[in-house]
Amino acid sequence: MDLAHAVLEGNRLALARLLTQVENGTVQGRQALEALFPHTGRAHLIGVTGPPGTGKSSLVNQLALQIRRSDPPRKVAIVAVDPSSPFTGGAILGDRVRMRDLSGDPGVFIRSMASRGSLGGLAHATSSVVQALDAAGFQVILIETVGAGQAEVDIARLAHTVLVVEAPGLGDDIQAIKAGILEIADILVINKADLSGVEATERALLSMLQLAHPAPRIFANQREHHHLAWDENPKDLESVETWIPPVQRTVAVEGDGVTELAGLIAQHVAYLQKTGGWEQREQARLQSELDELLRQALVRRWRDTVPEAHYTQVLQRLLDRQISPWQAVAELVNGGEA
Amino acid sequence: MAERKIRVLVAKPGLDGHDRGAKVVARALRDAGMEVIYTGLRQTPEMIAESALQEDVDAVGLSILSGAHMALVPRVLDLLRANGQENVRIFIGGIIPDEDTPRLLEMGVSGVYGPGTPTDTIVNDIRRSVLGSAEISE
Repeated sequence: MDLAHAVLEGNRLALARLLTQVENGTVQGRQALEALFPHTGRAHLIGVTGPPGTGKSSLVNQLALQIRRSDPPRKVAIVAVDPSSPFTGGAILGDRVRMRDLSGDPGVFIRSMASRGSLGGLAHATSSVVQALDAAGFQVILIETVGAGQAEVDIARLAHTVLVVEAPGLGDDIQAIKAGILEIADILVINKADLSGVEATERALLSMLQLAHPAPRIFANQREHHHLAWDENPKDLESVETWIPPVQRTVAVEGDGVTELAGLIAQHVAYLQKTGGWEQREQARLQSELDELLRQALVRRWRDTVPEAHYTQVLQRLLDRQISPWQAVAELVNGGEA
Repeated sequence: MAERKIRVLVAKPGLDGHDRGAKVVARALRDAGMEVIYTGLRQTPEMIAESALQEDVDAVGLSILSGAHMALVPRVLDLLRANGQENVRIFIGGIIPDEDTPRLLEMGVSGVYGPGTPTDTIVNDIRRSVLGSAEISE
């Protein structure tokens, strides 16, 4: 059976099986992906990340419903990543529990993935899985990361639009100015906005944005944020091309704020298309993928040229503290010259 | 990189009020190195078959306490077959009267487990039936 062909024809079982092959890194999966690659590059990839328990899955559920209601309705795929156990390699993938509203809709395809040892918030195969879904004709792909703290930022290299989902009461304003996950947000979402403390969370996030972007700027939802001190020169706004992450309150389980959020996502797409940011992100993604494959291939090729005994001997001298790790590398790569 | 993981869907069809047992089994399968897709309470057979398809699982574990197993299980089996997933193994847990067990096995269920079954038994049965069939079909 030709998997790639069946996937292009819209066969859902073939797609599901291809995703398994891709996840398992099989030759068959890779060949199918190669055949499908010319059909990729059409989907809007939306990343949804944030700490555990902030309501990412519920928000993805609501966003998918919203996209399906749009006119014309677009096909939505969801890739939901949950962590693998570092000890057994097993995983409980529970994101579907919050996505039951989407069942029975042939325009939606949900796939759960275990992180399988990857630490960046996605699995190694997530970008390949997304490519397969893109080729299969899903126009929007929502990618939900594992519950992410501060450094799980792989999603920034994969998605066109990154939503960082926070909830009230998770940290003070020092948390908000740390580097990492908040920096990758294109849109900041404060979910569970019916909980107390939402004002403090919003204030902390807005002041973080102010610290990061002290110049006058355009706000995606500037009308809603006219109270912000530096947003008082509307004439200049048209000419300014910087995207400042808007902050949107939502209550995902009720669907509150989701229409507004979908509007902000559409504005972000328009911004990316207007400024060339779309192509820029495409290039960054494919380039990092190319570099990673190149690195693997070169390491493999180089390892084939080095006798195992030589490698073991250098490693032993390193263990004996006779040489440093840098000297070891120099010896293995250039035959001893640093 | 290349690694085959056993993927199992754990679902509760029907109107059961709690999913304690299903969670215990899900946890045991996780600890045995499997990837468990957990879908929670009040799933229809259609929802279960759809999830099994999208997730390309090797096995489906159904937990049923309500007594509706003779109606729900055949429906799930039919839907899986209609989707081309006749290779997917079905395991049933929950409150199943002894006299129904042979009938369920006859329908094509791979195992039926009542309260008090050691989780190791379930883990080993799933592993054996999934890996056994994989060797034949690949």
